[in-house]
Amino acid sequence: MDLKTKYLGMELRTPLMASASPLSEDVATIKKLEESGASAVVLYSLFEEQLTKERVELHHHLTQGTDSFAEALTYFPEPSEFKLGPEEYLNHIRKAKEAVKIPVIASLNGTSTGGWTDYAKKMQQAGADALELNIYYIPTDMNLSSEQIEKTYIDILTSVKSVVSIPVALKLSPFFSNMASMAKKLDDAGADALVLFNRFYQPDIDLDSLEVRPHLLLSTTASLRLPLRWIALLYGRIKADMAATGGIHEVEDALKVLMAGASVTMLCSTLLRHGVNRIRILEQGIRAWMEEHEYESIQQLRGSISQKNCVAPTAFERAQYMKTLQSYKA
Amino acid sequence: MSPQFKTIDANEAVASVSYRLSEVIAIYPITPSSPMGEWADAWASENKPNIWGTVPLVAEMQSEGGAAGAVHGALQAGVLSTTYTASQGLLLMIPNMYKIAGELTPTVFHVAARSLAAQALSIFGDHSDVMATRGTGFALLCSASVQETTDFALISQMATLKSRIPFLHFFDGFRTSHEVAKMQPLSDADLRALIDDALIQQHRDRGLTPDKPVLRGTAQNPDVYFQARETVNKFYDACPDITQQAMDAFAKQTGRAYKLFDYHGSADAERVIVLMGSGAEAAHETVDYLVEKGEKVGIVKVRLYRPFDIKRFMESLPATVKTLAILDRTKEPGAGGEPLYLDCVSALREGREKGWGKLKTDPRLIGGRYGLSSKEVTPAMIKGIFDEMKKDAPKNHFTIGITDDVTQTSLPYDPSFSVEPDSMFRALFYGLGSDGTVGANKNSIKIIGENTDNFAQGYFVYDSKKAGAITISHLRFGPKPIHSTYLITNAHFVGCHQAMFLRRYDVLRYIMPGGTFLLNSLFGPEEVWSHLPRFVQEQIIKKKLKFYSIDAYKVAQEAGMGRRINTVMQTCFFAISGVLPKNDAIEAIKESIRKTYGKKGEEIVKMNLQAVDTTLAQLHEIKVPAKAESTIDMLPPVSEEAPAFVKEVLGKMAEGQGDDLKVSQLPVDGTYPTGTTKWEKRNLALEIPVWDPAVCIQCGKCSFVCPHAVVRIKMYDPKLLASAPATFKSRDPMDRDMKGMKYTIQISAEDCTGCGVCVDVCPAKNKSETRLKAINMQPFTPTMRQEERDNWNFFLKIPDFDRKQLKLTGIRQQQLQVPLFEFSSACGGCGETPYIKLMSQLFGDRAVVANATGCSSIYGGNLPTTPWTQNTEGRGPAWSNSLFEDNAEFGLGMRLAINKQKEFASELLKKVSGTVGDTLVQEILNARQKDESDIFEQRKRVAALKEKLKNAGTADAKRLLSLSDMLVKKSVWILGGDGWAYDIGFGGLDHVLASGFDVNVLVLDTEVYSNTGGQMSKSTPRGAVAKFAAGGKPARKKDLGLIAMSYGNVYVGRVAMGAKDEHTLKTFIEAEAYEGPSIIIAYSHCIAHGINMTTGLKDQKAAVESGQWILYRYNPDRLKTGENPLQLDSAAPKIPLEQYLMMENRFKMLTKSKPEDAKRLQKEAQQDVYERWAFYEHLAATTKPAETKAPETKPA
Repeated sequence: MDLKTKYLGMELRTPLMASASPLSEDVATIKKLEESGASAVVLYSLFEEQLTKERVELHHHLTQGTDSFAEALTYFPEPSEFKLGPEEYLNHIRKAKEAVKIPVIASLNGTSTGGWTDYAKKMQQAGADALELNIYYIPTDMNLSSEQIEKTYIDILTSVKSVVSIPVALKLSPFFSNMASMAKKLDDAGADALVLFNRFYQPDIDLDSLEVRPHLLLSTTASLRLPLRWIALLYGRIKADMAATGGIHEVEDALKVLMAGASVTMLCSTLLRHGVNRIRILEQGIRAWMEEHEYESIQQLRGSISQKNCVAPTAFERAQYMKTLQSYKA
Repeated sequence: MSPQFKTIDANEAVASVSYRLSEVIAIYPITPSSPMGEWADAWASENKPNIWGTVPLVAEMQSEGGAAGAVHGALQAGVLSTTYTASQGLLLMIPNMYKIAGELTPTVFHVAARSLAAQALSIFGDHSDVMATRGTGFALLCSASVQETTDFALISQMATLKSRIPFLHFFDGFRTSHEVAKMQPLSDADLRALIDDALIQQHRDRGLTPDKPVLRGTAQNPDVYFQARETVNKFYDACPDITQQAMDAFAKQTGRAYKLFDYHGSADAERVIVLMGSGAEAAHETVDYLVEKGEKVGIVKVRLYRPFDIKRFMESLPATVKTLAILDRTKEPGAGGEPLYLDCVSALREGREKGWGKLKTDPRLIGGRYGLSSKEVTPAMIKGIFDEMKKDAPKNHFTIGITDDVTQTSLPYDPSFSVEPDSMFRALFYGLGSDGTVGANKNSIKIIGENTDNFAQGYFVYDSKKAGAITISHLRFGPKPIHSTYLITNAHFVGCHQAMFLRRYDVLRYIMPGGTFLLNSLFGPEEVWSHLPRFVQEQIIKKKLKFYSIDAYKVAQEAGMGRRINTVMQTCFFAISGVLPKNDAIEAIKESIRKTYGKKGEEIVKMNLQAVDTTLAQLHEIKVPAKAESTIDMLPPVSEEAPAFVKEVLGKMAEGQGDDLKVSQLPVDGTYPTGTTKWEKRNLALEIPVWDPAVCIQCGKCSFVCPHAVVRIKMYDPKLLASAPATFKSRDPMDRDMKGMKYTIQISAEDCTGCGVCVDVCPAKNKSETRLKAINMQPFTPTMRQEERDNWNFFLKIPDFDRKQLKLTGIRQQQLQVPLFEFSSACGGCGETPYIKLMSQLFGDRAVVANATGCSSIYGGNLPTTPWTQNTEGRGPAWSNSLFEDNAEFGLGMRLAINKQKEFASELLKKVSGTVGDTLVQEILNARQKDESDIFEQRKRVAALKEKLKNAGTADAKRLLSLSDMLVKKSVWILGGDGWAYDIGFGGLDHVLASGFDVNVLVLDTEVYSNTGGQMSKSTPRGAVAKFAAGGKPARKKDLGLIAMSYGNVYVGRVAMGAKDEHTLKTFIEAEAYEGPSIIIAYSHCIAHGINMTTGLKDQKAAVESGQWILYRYNPDRLKTGENPLQLDSAAPKIPLEQYLMMENRFKMLTKSKPEDAKRLQKEAQQDVYERWAFYEHLAATTKPAETKAPETKPA
């Protein structure tokens, strides 16, 4: 049975990848992911904003209270250099590359144009096989138009593409006025893959402390529907590969998104919940299902139930919403 | 070799040379020498080698005594070793210094000379400490300027290696140690050229090694000790020549020539002053001026004070000298004269007898004291001395620089006399510690010093208050070397970086007519003038000043720099002062920003560059009107209602005019009244907490945690509200015990620092707007100031709640006790002071406090005003500070004294029972004194006793009368930080705990030496970055509580009020009640942790929840009931340690400097947590072992 798939120009042993998550913070865990059968790994994201914040914070704490009191003109020894840039992350890429044979994809969340390109270049130099741009952004400015927002995405992509030679994937949120149009624009601008979709921290209210507590809930199978739809809709219409992420927990989930047209499935919540060995179980399940249903390869089933190739193409479209409602009435 | 210049202070200059010439460095922090050790440690942690290519080993010791011992050992084992110290630290080294000298061991100790604690501690400079080492056998070499310190650091090393006499190289604390000046550093090549490896080899050959065993340090008997002591004479005889040869070789290498006694002045001088240290620089400048005016004067700068070379001294004096004045920067009460004076007297006698020197006749000699504790030494004073020397009968044993109206020692002088040349530019800057003024000025000096041919000098005067500290920067620039070692009193430029200073200090007192005045003001160019106090307006007009203003906060805030206006004000200074062409200056600032902040990341550089770019558009020259019409007045330094002493003496100090106080105005023995901070309303807060009675749940936490005791609670008779001010708030109490009364939380707004800890801790939330609590920060407006002042004054008049009625089991009622520690000068958000305040509330009216030197002795006892105070009956803590190292013993002494007096009083009481009645005697002797009511009753009995004794007339009755107050239980408190308890004072603390006496020890554990700037102590936890642990502390925190528990009869409590406040309260009460030694170890968050000081209590909570700080009580009394004395009061670790560590820069910064080490240490620290918890859980779980029989002795 051939489980091979192609993603970002790389041939992968199976379509089961580990997506960006805390699991990749430790090289030993990355090794375990490989051993469990992950075909590639996306490292946790480097957040430019966090680096910036940490620098400002460090500066604040190193200056707080200084030059005020004659006996204590400073409170900390100041080394002649700090490691405040992305060095730690870059070292992590290097170590991960040394530790495993599977492709290592670096993930970046920038805030400034300079940051996006500078860190992207450094990640390539550190040995990343590809980049995933994690454009993690919730626009709240009422005066910011959707055109401006979309342009920002395109600008980030083109500026990064202009400085690196490795493939570049974009991890997107689903919140665009027209996801299809956005996907096309990114495709035209040279995106090598779209990772659908990013899940954000959502605010919650703690009734004990009466405070807002943003946190991330682990996904469930139900989350899968959204990527499933858009992968199916976009399959065959854009050149870029598609990776499904968010809600892939069971064998069936993986098969569904692959049939919708995803090149790979990215796993996170299920690994956090069940441990990295889950990958092996999923792979065995996929094999068993394919065997039972007499599929020879992933290639064969990929996109088979995309909008383009399915029996009822309109089923993926918005009209379906009305039908759902009607079915409730009935 | 072309001269390369650097602009640094003497501490760095000395450290740079001595570090490169050492192999082992033993250090211990003490102001003002600490930075030398800090530099050495920082360089070692970065693997910077010495001139022989190896990195010196730097070891922090537990005290200066320890440092000296380690140096002694290192020297004996054949390496080059050094140490740095000052003041009491040097005194602790004396025993070893005798040994080191007695064994003819080459070494150099570098000393930033500082006053010794006598009637008071002082951190400032004079030669009292160095003079106390005269007998040790060390050579004493004095440098007078930053350049000389670097030069003499090398010369002393050269001389010690050759002569085998150990050297003490000293320079004036602060005035030289902290002066930033342009100087020529010594290169490695200079050092290599002048240090003779053969001499080092000889030193090594004398080192102890089992391969060539010898024995050194014998005990000698009367037969030989004396002769053996005389064996060293020839080495001392040779030492001056060797030192001069070193100076000559040094001159050949560097072009800078020195003599053991450097004469400067007219060749035919008739009046010559002899002195050493930085004062010699001011005298040098004065002599130049006077000689040019035709006066026949000169000075002798003493370089090598010991061994005193009489011949060279005689040869340094011109033949024409008629009068010599010898100045000492020290005081030896009761001596025939101060040391240098006495040396000169005997030298002249002996020198003249031997016919040395050129003197034609015996000159007249006078001696005087000057400059104690960094008292200014100015050309005006030097001129005053020269003038005195002209007199037929000049005053001997004089003082200069003060007014001694008691013993009339002081000489008059004309303070307006100035010798500063027009070519020298002088600028003064008034700033807040937190606004970055000093940093900006240090940077400006570097820019000018390193980008132009000008010489530059910066000296910085700091506040002794930690919150809202004012800084005054004194900057000089000019084409000639600067000898002006005194503060600026004739400034071309004055920058006032905080408009509020204009009402508090006479900021324009020292600006020259026609000078430039720059003000940072929130008001725009049109309004700023009308917001100046009238006094300031008048000075601007009268002195014809050019006046500029800028809203620097606006510029800084827009650039993302918050309240740090350093770069903005620096840009303004360069733009309008004309010290450099404007564009060159701006470019230089930018370059310096890139250099300084580059390592901290692009953002920091960017925000500073942005500030530079936007500053000039906001800088305005203000048109000065012809008339001053402001109605704004200067504020009095202390309240008009304050007692006379506070107004006339402490108020002067607060105003910055303490130099004008006369000797007669000061107490003779260092005794001051308590309760004086309340008179100095500092109005520091920009925002103050405002109580919302409707939301309040009356838990009392806000008041409990307030570091400055400004949040107060009272419950009272509602009738009192009849005369309340309109905005005074109250509501019904929630406490059922207090039904029918009224409840008020009142803020002393004018004493508040605005730290916000009270708001952070408040657990009540506004139901409609959850961002609001029951206490909220609001901008402190002038209207509020007036209202809150009235409210506070009204609140003070409400009677305090009857202490006897309070249930002390909860904070709610306990917080009605009046704090007897208020409005200290501690940092905003301080983590120590709430514990001290709690102690003062609970036991203050019968407490005696021994306070170890450190933060708590500074915010608790630094003049002008002090926070320990009294209740309405005039009772309150009696406080004293002895030293850093002896505090436990000091406190025990107090306990012994109280016990003895009580015992004696009891004995006398029995003797006078006939007079006072046996019932009263028995009642007093058998009184239970466990709680407030008991104490109250006993006080009543003692009052009755006194009444009866008053007229008794017998000797015993009189004796008892003076001792009878000791029959009321007293509480002895021994306070100090971890530097004291874990390190320098541990030996004494251990002994006191073991003694069994009833003392209460409160360790304010900040886990570093906070007062001296965050050096590692043995309390520092693993992985924390501290000074002397730049690479993160590699070892575990010492478990002081466990050590104390091991005695079995010591009450031990470990508390963190941010984690469990009522546990803290309970522990304090139990510890005090325990009739034996008790120790409370209190987690005290600190500015040195690199935390947000508003939310410090959250750090405490996280420390406990992570298991880093276990809460417990070990009460030996529980053994009596068969219980385990140890109770764990916190739960098993429930959050990962990392979560707590990453809240604090002390841990987090290691991940940014040494990420690998940080990871490893964090892992180890987490392991510590697990192991510690398991261990304590085990200790607390075990029950008292069943009594076992002693094994029977069986017949053999």
